[in-house]
Amino acid sequence: MDGIRLEMRGIKKSFGPVVVLKDMKLDIEPAEIHALVGENGAGKSTLMKILGGVIQKDAGEIRINGQPVEIRRVRDAERYGIAVIHQELSILPYLSIAENVFLGKELKTRLGLVDARRMHIEVAEKLKELGLAVNPDMPAGSLSVGQMQLVEIAKALIHRAKLIVMDEPTSALTDHEIEKLFGIIRSLKTKGVSFIYISHRLEELFSICDRLTVLRDGEYIGTANVRDLSFNQVVSMMVGREIGDRFPRKDTAPGETILQVNNLGRGKAFRNVSFSVRKGEIFGIAGLMGAGRTELVRALFGAEPAETGTIQLKGKNVSITSPLDAMNLGMGLVTEDRKAEGLFLDFSIEFNIAAANFDHLAKAGFVHPATIRDFAEQFTQSLRIKTPSVDVPVSNLSGGNQQKAVVAKWLGRSPEILVLDEPTRGVDVGAKREIYEIMTKLAAQGVAIIMVSSELPEVVGMSDRVLVMRQGEQAGILEENITQERIMALATGVVYT
Amino acid sequence: MRKLSFNRSKYGALAGLIGLGALLSILSPSFLTLSNIMNVLNQVSLNGLVAIGMTFVILSGGIDLSVGSILALSGAVLASMLKGGMPQIIAILIALVMSAVFGLLNGVFIATFNLQPFIVTMAFMTIFRGSTFVFTQGRPITGLGKQGIFVAAGRGDIAGVPWSGILLLACLIITAFLLARTVYGKTIYAIGGNPEAARLSGLPVKTARASVYAVSGFFAGLAGMVLTSRLDSAQPLAGQSYELDAIAAVVLGGTSLSGGRGFMVGTLIGAFIIGILNNGLNLLEVSSFYQQIVKGAVILLAVLLDRRK
Repeated sequence: MDGIRLEMRGIKKSFGPVVVLKDMKLDIEPAEIHALVGENGAGKSTLMKILGGVIQKDAGEIRINGQPVEIRRVRDAERYGIAVIHQELSILPYLSIAENVFLGKELKTRLGLVDARRMHIEVAEKLKELGLAVNPDMPAGSLSVGQMQLVEIAKALIHRAKLIVMDEPTSALTDHEIEKLFGIIRSLKTKGVSFIYISHRLEELFSICDRLTVLRDGEYIGTANVRDLSFNQVVSMMVGREIGDRFPRKDTAPGETILQVNNLGRGKAFRNVSFSVRKGEIFGIAGLMGAGRTELVRALFGAEPAETGTIQLKGKNVSITSPLDAMNLGMGLVTEDRKAEGLFLDFSIEFNIAAANFDHLAKAGFVHPATIRDFAEQFTQSLRIKTPSVDVPVSNLSGGNQQKAVVAKWLGRSPEILVLDEPTRGVDVGAKREIYEIMTKLAAQGVAIIMVSSELPEVVGMSDRVLVMRQGEQAGILEENITQERIMALATGVVYT
Repeated sequence: MRKLSFNRSKYGALAGLIGLGALLSILSPSFLTLSNIMNVLNQVSLNGLVAIGMTFVILSGGIDLSVGSILALSGAVLASMLKGGMPQIIAILIALVMSAVFGLLNGVFIATFNLQPFIVTMAFMTIFRGSTFVFTQGRPITGLGKQGIFVAAGRGDIAGVPWSGILLLACLIITAFLLARTVYGKTIYAIGGNPEAARLSGLPVKTARASVYAVSGFFAGLAGMVLTSRLDSAQPLAGQSYELDAIAAVVLGGTSLSGGRGFMVGTLIGAFIIGILNNGLNLLEVSSFYQQIVKGAVILLAVLLDRRK
């Protein structure tokens, strides 16, 4: 199979007065895995939407194998062999896998009817090639996210894509699935397929990509071979300045034990988990996707209360059956999915920060607007949430600033224990550092921090101790000499050598 | 910025009301007279009261189709109590509490069993309507009294201003304050905006969600009292399709049907737009068949203009 060579030159795009891309360029060679990196809002997805025919460029030129082309619709992009796999997968859960793959391009029999048999065969063949052993007639919704990714790739290949754009493909995958995906990407590369790879997890780029192109504020910053660059060089290209060490130093030592959990369990989600957390400690919880980490911390917070086991706070048994119970005991929870569970997206920053604080801000059930505003402004300033005013809807903020707004909501209650589930998911490199600093500062003030994270460097860099979960059970607690390898060994039950 | 569009929909509705009023006063000389305006106020009070309760429900992300039936049932019970000679004030209080309880039934099913508000309130719409027929045996209850607070509620006025209009405005001020300045009000917005985030922020999601239907039932009962007084009788078919006018008023006032966004004042403006439209078309002697078409078109136009990008 012949690959394609893509050149994008002088691409410009504005939405109203906002210039999103100014003079962007991008070159992709045949059989190349090319990373596109930049902070949120740098213009990566706009550029990919132009390439995919979702939106139109204002100016510039796209060439494929040297020929200028116009991509006006998604169909055009597909015709040139370009497939875009979006972060939110476009799988329809109630249709079968085969129907999903051929959606809108169904194979027909001579009578013009849908040829289910031929579609079944083609999809089965392609899935087998990709090492996915599932029946194409299964409803696509029964697949894991990792399997859905592979179905999307199969779909692209069946429609003869030679350049596949993958936007944050690994954000919801387990490490095992990621390895498998990378294997497939590498083997497709040997067959001439090129990839444009977008990810916030910079470590991945070093293991899978050949070259990278950096965007910043809609501008082309540069293209380079990945192996010529260090992690810090990539980051400083992205943010345009040195951000110093990736993780802030934590100077304070943890104090006395504040929380003691014994044999906690809930249904099949997790069981027999016991650990303690000390004041001023950052306690990491690691494990693969589905290991029961989120369920564990949600039980601690009373979102879905534990069914067995005991929780002791400062040596006393406590019962936590609702979020309000946990809040009254001095706990806060920054949820994993901030848009679905943490924020009122259409509401003002002010409302979002006040949401968990009405009980102590109100007098006899009445709230005073000025009190709420002062309260919200105090935290936008202390956490440096970048916004012209607290009236702005929180959906207008960047991921990092949104996350800070969620944290602010809990800081208003002066929590003694703050639980953060994936605190830096979907957050820019620069803002990540700020969130780490907030965590370190809180720990220094004596707040016990429980952090669930899928990013191993983050777990290793931030935690005083780490609880590792495996399939709903406690695989172990690492007290010292915490390394990614040791965490993975516990999380998978396999010792890598 | 959304904040601006908040205001735009608020002022948009107001501009629509003023524009419509100006148009009608040009077209019909009798529109802009004091007696006609008081007439409109009197007419709007019924839909306005129901719409106030509906605003609570819609802001919380729900819908209440049972209000017309609650109105009829509580009106019938009130009428029979009055006919039996119960003191008016006590009969009214009992009828209002009962209406709130009827509404709460909706809320309990919706909040406890997590059922769709549309289906639950549609079921209770039928149940309460049927109960009204059973209670009245399908006949109006008439001859309810000649004076007192009950009579004033639907028919009385002070210096030409109808008491029902004053009741509406008083309820509006109280509920607008309740929504904007109390934890209860904030909780309702929060539920409409994101129920899971509200729950994880420690807000009483279930209680508040159930309560809005009680509020809605209460205001349907209040409207039932006004209507029963105005007609001097309780009709088993009273209040039919009132839920649709109330929903229309809420939406015309800029409140989002998906919840979390809107204002009580907007609802009042919405109710007035519908009211003066009815009144103006009557004055212009437009046939009631055409009136329905015009009303539907205006609602369509309003939501089109208010569409968010």
